[in-house]
This record gives sequence, structure tokens and C-alpha cells, in this order.
Amino acid sequence: MENEIKSIVGKFNKDPMRLMDILLDVQAEMDHVPEEAVELIAKELDISNVDVEQTKSFYHFFTDKPQGKYTIYLNNSATANMMGRAEVAEAFEKAVGCKFECTSDDGMIGLYSTACIGMSDQEPAAIINGHVFTNLDPYKVRALVASMKAEKPIEEMVEKYGDGNNSSNLIKAMVNNNIRKKGPVLFSEYETGTALKKITDMDPQDVINEVKNSYLRGRGGAGFPAGLKWDFCRRAQSEERYVMCNADEGEPGTFKERVILTEMPQRCFEGMAIAGYAIGAKEGILYLRYEYKYLQEYLEKVLNDMREANLLGKNLAGKEGFDFDIRIQFGAGAYVCGEESALIESTEGKRGEPRNRPPFPVQKGYKDQPTVVNNVETLCSVVKIMEKGAEWYTMMGSRESAGTKLLSISGDCKYPGVYEFEWGIRIRDILEMVGAEDVQAIQVGGPSGTCIGPRDFKRTLAYEDLPTGGSMIIIGKERKLLQDVVRNFTEFFIEESCGSCAVCRSLTVILRNKLDKIIAGKGTQSDIDDLKKWTKYGKMANRCGLGQTAANPIATTMENFMDKYEDLIQKEVEYDTGFDLAAAVAESCNYVGRKPNL
Amino acid sequence: MSEKIKFTIDGKECYAEPGQNVLDAAADNGVYIPSLCHVRGLIPAGSCRICNVKIAGRNMTACTTPVEEGMEIENDTAELQDMRKAIVEMLFVEGNHFCPACEKSGNCELQALAYRFQMMVPRFPYEFPLRKPDSTAPKLWIERNRCIKCKRCVRSIKTADGKNIFAFRKRGHEVEIQIDHELAAQMTDEEAKKAADICPVGSILYKEKGFSEPIGTRKFDKNAIGSDIEKVV
Repeated sequence: MENEIKSIVGKFNKDPMRLMDILLDVQAEMDHVPEEAVELIAKELDISNVDVEQTKSFYHFFTDKPQGKYTIYLNNSATANMMGRAEVAEAFEKAVGCKFECTSDDGMIGLYSTACIGMSDQEPAAIINGHVFTNLDPYKVRALVASMKAEKPIEEMVEKYGDGNNSSNLIKAMVNNNIRKKGPVLFSEYETGTALKKITDMDPQDVINEVKNSYLRGRGGAGFPAGLKWDFCRRAQSEERYVMCNADEGEPGTFKERVILTEMPQRCFEGMAIAGYAIGAKEGILYLRYEYKYLQEYLEKVLNDMREANLLGKNLAGKEGFDFDIRIQFGAGAYVCGEESALIESTEGKRGEPRNRPPFPVQKGYKDQPTVVNNVETLCSVVKIMEKGAEWYTMMGSRESAGTKLLSISGDCKYPGVYEFEWGIRIRDILEMVGAEDVQAIQVGGPSGTCIGPRDFKRTLAYEDLPTGGSMIIIGKERKLLQDVVRNFTEFFIEESCGSCAVCRSLTVILRNKLDKIIAGKGTQSDIDDLKKWTKYGKMANRCGLGQTAANPIATTMENFMDKYEDLIQKEVEYDTGFDLAAAVAESCNYVGRKPNL
Repeated sequence: MSEKIKFTIDGKECYAEPGQNVLDAAADNGVYIPSLCHVRGLIPAGSCRICNVKIAGRNMTACTTPVEEGMEIENDTAELQDMRKAIVEMLFVEGNHFCPACEKSGNCELQALAYRFQMMVPRFPYEFPLRKPDSTAPKLWIERNRCIKCKRCVRSIKTADGKNIFAFRKRGHEVEIQIDHELAAQMTDEEAKKAADICPVGSILYKEKGFSEPIGTRKFDKNAIGSDIEKVV
């Protein structure tokens, strides 16, 4: 093992900042990261064992033990559940002969759950040894497991490739793009390099001004003006600057970035180069979530093609001194890394814990240098803005929200997929277009967003009304909102909290337990009152966007669907401890062969 | 003399050194802002969230926010005090804190804050988690039942060449402090004592010694936490 580790660590110049890549390689090579490997890595990097362990143990896809020759990561998001995950999971367990979160006794097949894998429009879906399997059903599951038992190579189990580039030689995935509505900005005709060639005649500050004039706001969810971010970064004193592209889309229900990176990654990379030119950066990093690792070869090829076309590398587009190149940094399964400073920490080989602000990443980001972090969609929009001008861009959209927005729409509707709309579109019009009837609720902006009911369907998507990072989950009338959706989202936040802040780490569990009490029929009005009071601590006290929004699934449904809570509580009872004595003593009673005398 | 920065806390006029954080500056002006993770001189973690104050309508942790000229800070408000008390209660229910049997009792900052906030019973249900202590280091034992994950040990205890002896493991609700066995074995008495002292609770303990101070002489027996700061001016 020693030689293997030495060669992997050597590949990354023994740089502790590349610990993520080192661990990814070790995991890929050995199917796990054994304790011995942790010690060897620490020795090679000259850091302590606990330093390696703290990063390793943070990420979902680094494991202590081999997970099986075939490792199945089945998505457990709310959308997956709506689309029949329970039957699929049961079929897996039956066929494999072990429960989830375990590996079969012979070490052949491992069954594990994972948070949203960005396939909400084709659920239930799983990642098996890096290959994505979509639209699963019990029949397909049995066939898959039979093939695994026959030790068939995984790529041969992908029977049909998806649309667009999904079927290209370098991807070969059964994933579908499901682009339902193309718009003028993102899914539009464009010749790669046009904008880049245009801006090299411009002063970098003018490029920033053009982005400012477009009123483009960050598409990741927070909506910070992109031009302003670039301006801050350019003004920060430093020799070195970085551009990072956030492709960690982990918000359950989001998958539009996957589609962009499948169909037009060139535009994203070009946007990064433009940002590089504007702020004076030579290096760009695409932080890509591990769930999209199947795109790696393809994206590397695109980067190479762009280098050959002089759109990356040295003297870009023939401009003397304009050097810019991009590398891909993979994550390893952590939603919180979508927060820009956590993403930077992760890229530096650390735990994905959000940083304190100030300083902001534009002042001190990657390697403590001024860094711009933009989302994939934002950077793609920049390209089109530079091609056609800010004025053209601001003609679209609403008063405070210029341009268009990509939405990932999933859940109870006929046409789930990706849609490009102008900002300002009415929710009701969207519902009609996606073929959604009998809608109970819509989760706008994913679990961290808002759950709205029919009385809000007249509202519009816009920063000044209902802002969104792009996830939209439609919840039909027949769903049990609290049991099927709110609980799942709250669990998600428990699972994905980095654990650094006391409130985020602890409150999420407290809220889940309270919700469970209500769902179990043990709740009273006082429990509802408690929940109402307690959710506000999350927003008040937490450091990052994840923590501040972790109580949203409960808080926003309490605002819009209080009747669902009230339906479940005991009306005649003032207080219930929620404690079940019979259940508490069941195990010991069973052990001594006694019946509880209650 | 360097230029002092003028700011106010709850209307009281205060002065700070340039670059000072709100929490330290407040203390220098005789204003106590409660906190558990901060220690003067260490890089602030901003992780216990107790020192949250309100600046220009926004909640900010005092330990991570540099004072700026003219800043108006709200500290002693009903809303903030309720939130701080709630956080202290969260820390009590997420761990297993049995004060009467704890070596750190009377010197424990979590316990002292609970007294200061007059916490009787936490509003949240106890979770009674199962946590494994680690007593493998020769001079220290890590009693994880009491750990509040403030990272004081992580930030302050390093080897001579700057390596971490303490670090987090896992994430979220599962997060726990781990100690590097190899490096811990090389710790001197002095370093081990420093680690035990920096821990605000009874989670890092110096082995073979406990309950050494009689009740009545311990740090918070007669003086509430923060009272030393409030006496300064």
C-alpha cells in the first residue's frame, strides 16, 4: 500500500491543499480509505493523522470500509420517494439479501442511501459504481442485481443512452436532459468564443461595467449582483486572483447545471475565462459535485478542445498576456460545499465548513487570495451578455430581476425537466406549462426555499417576489405534506449540516424530533407553539445559508399549511410527554419474558 | 497613541483599537458579551453563536466582527438574551452534562452561563446521545459526553512544528473531537494541562487529578461568569 499512496500523493506534489484529490484517488483505487492509508497520507504530506481523518470523515463518499464490488447509492430525496423509491429500495433489499446502509455478506453488493443526485426529473435513480441508473422500478432492479451477481461489467448494464450528449462516446449515460423550454439566453444558439474574442478588445473594467449594467444577479440562490462581486474582487489588493465556478448543485430538486454541463460546458468555461479577464485571474477551478463524476472525461475533453482553439491557456484569443486555464475539482458528497466559502475550504483539501465573514471570498478566498465564486448558470449568462450587450439582457425579465432563469422542475407533473423562463413569470402559468394538476403545494427553491400553497400561485418568480435558485418541486394533492416532504427535508439538513455551529447542528435534530412527535399523533397545541418559536433561532443565529434556512421546511409550511399540523394534534389534551413507557421497556421485557404491567 | 475607534453598545460610548473584534473591544469597555468558543488571542471560530449581537439590523457574532467607526451595537436585548439562553440549552440537551459529578463543575463556562441565564430546565427535550469517551492518550482523556464542539483545543493546541493534535471527525450532529494518538503521546505535562485548561467544559481532562478545588473556591462559585469584565471600568 505504501507505494500506491506515495505515488498518489506524489501526483499532487505532496501538497496538503490537494487532499481532496488524494482521498478521491485512494477511494477510487481501494474502494475505501483504510486507516493505514490515512496514516501514510499524513506522513507523506507531513500533517497529522487527525488532519487527514477530519477531511476524510466529512464527506459522504469517502468510506472506512469497502462498500462492495458494486456499490449502489440510491437517492433518498423527497422527489425520489414520490416517484416510488420505497418499492425500488425494497426490491433491492430482497434481491441483494441485505438492508440499506449495509454490504452483502459476500462483499459483492452494497446498498447505501444518498442525498439528491441531481436526477429529480427521472427518479427513482441511483449511482452504481459511478454510473447513473434512472427511472428505476422493481423489475429493472431485479435485472440489475441479477447482472451484478453474474459479475457483468457495470457499463454493460446501461441498456439505453439518454438524449443529446448523454449518448456521446465520452459520457454514455442513460441520463436524459429533458430540456422542455429553450430561452434566449441559456439554451440559445451560440458560437463558442464569440464573446471572448469581443472582450479582449475591451478594458477589463468595462467588462465589469457591462455585467453591472446587465443587473445580472448570482443564480445560485443568494442573488448577489455578479458585476459588483467582480468589481470588489478586482479592487482587492493582490498579485493573484482566482475564478471558481460552483457546480456543486446539491439543493434537492435541482439538476439544470447537470444539463448545462452536458450540453454546453463550453459556455460555462468561456464565462470563467471572461471573469478571469475582468478580475485579472489566471486560474479557474470548476468545483463539480461527485455525483456528476460520470461527466469527467467529457469535460476534460472539452477543456482540451478549448485549449487547442486558444480559448484557454496562454494568450487567449490572441490577446498578449491574457493567460487563463481551468482545472476541475471534484467534491465528495457534501451539500454545504455549495456555500461559496465552504466550497473554497473543500478545494483547499479541508472540511467543507463555511468561513466567517468578513473577510469575504472576494477579499480573501482560495489560498487567501481574492476569489470570485460564481454559479454555472451565472457564468453562462455572462457569456451571452457580453455577446449581445447589457441592454439586450435587461429588456427581459421583471423590474428587479433582469434576464432569464433556468428552472429544474420535478415532482407531480407531466413534463418534469429544465425550463428557461424570463423572470417575472407567474407560478400558475408554469404549472400549466408543466402539466401539473391538483397541486397541493410547491417547494420553490428547494428545501432551503419556501413551500407555497394555491393562494400564492398568482405570485411571480422574481427576486422581488419569490426568489429561487432554480429548484421547483410540485407536490400533488394526494401527498402527505408533513410526513412525505417536510420530514424528509428536515432530515436532509440534519445529514448535511457541517456541525460547526451549535444551533445548526442541534436545532435541526430538536425540530425533527418535535415534528416526529406531532406526526406520531402525540402532539398538542403546545408543540405547535414550540415549533413556531424555535424555528426562528435558526435564522437568527446561524452563520451560513444552510444553517439560516435549515428550519425553512417547517417554518414555511407552518406559515402556509398550519391546518396540516393542526389536523395531527390531540385537541382535547393540553400536554403530552410523547413518552411511550411500553415501547421503552419492550426490549427488556422481551428479554426476561415478561409482559409490561401498565 | 494609535487612533481609537469610537462605537456604541446599547447606547454606551466605547473605544476600540483598530482591528479589534467587537467581543474583545466590548470587554475592554466593561461590557460583557457572553460567549463559549472565544478566547482572546485565538483566531475566532464563531461557532457557538452565543455572542450574536445586532449591528445595523443584522445578527453578527461579536467575536468575528471587527469594530468599525461609529458602529451601533445592540447587545442586551430581550430577543438576543432569549436566543443565547436557547443556545446554552441546546448545548445541554445535545450532550450529557451531569454537573454534580463533573470534574469541571464550578470552573465550567457552560454551567456558569446556564447560571447567569438562570436556566432551570432546558426548554428542549434531552437527547441522551451515546458518545464514546477516548482515554487512550497517556496524559489526557477526552470525555465526549460533555464536549460542546467549540474548537478551542483544535485552534490552540499544536505541536512545536504547528501540527494539529485535536481535530473534528464526521459532520453535523455526529461531529466529535478526535485526538491524534501519536502526537498526544509526545505531549509534555505542561501542554496537556494547557489543553485541559483551555476546554471551557469538562471534556478534556488531565488524568489522575480531579475535584482538587474545594467547593467555594472554584472560579464561578461566588462570581458569575462575566462579572470580572463588568467590574473593569
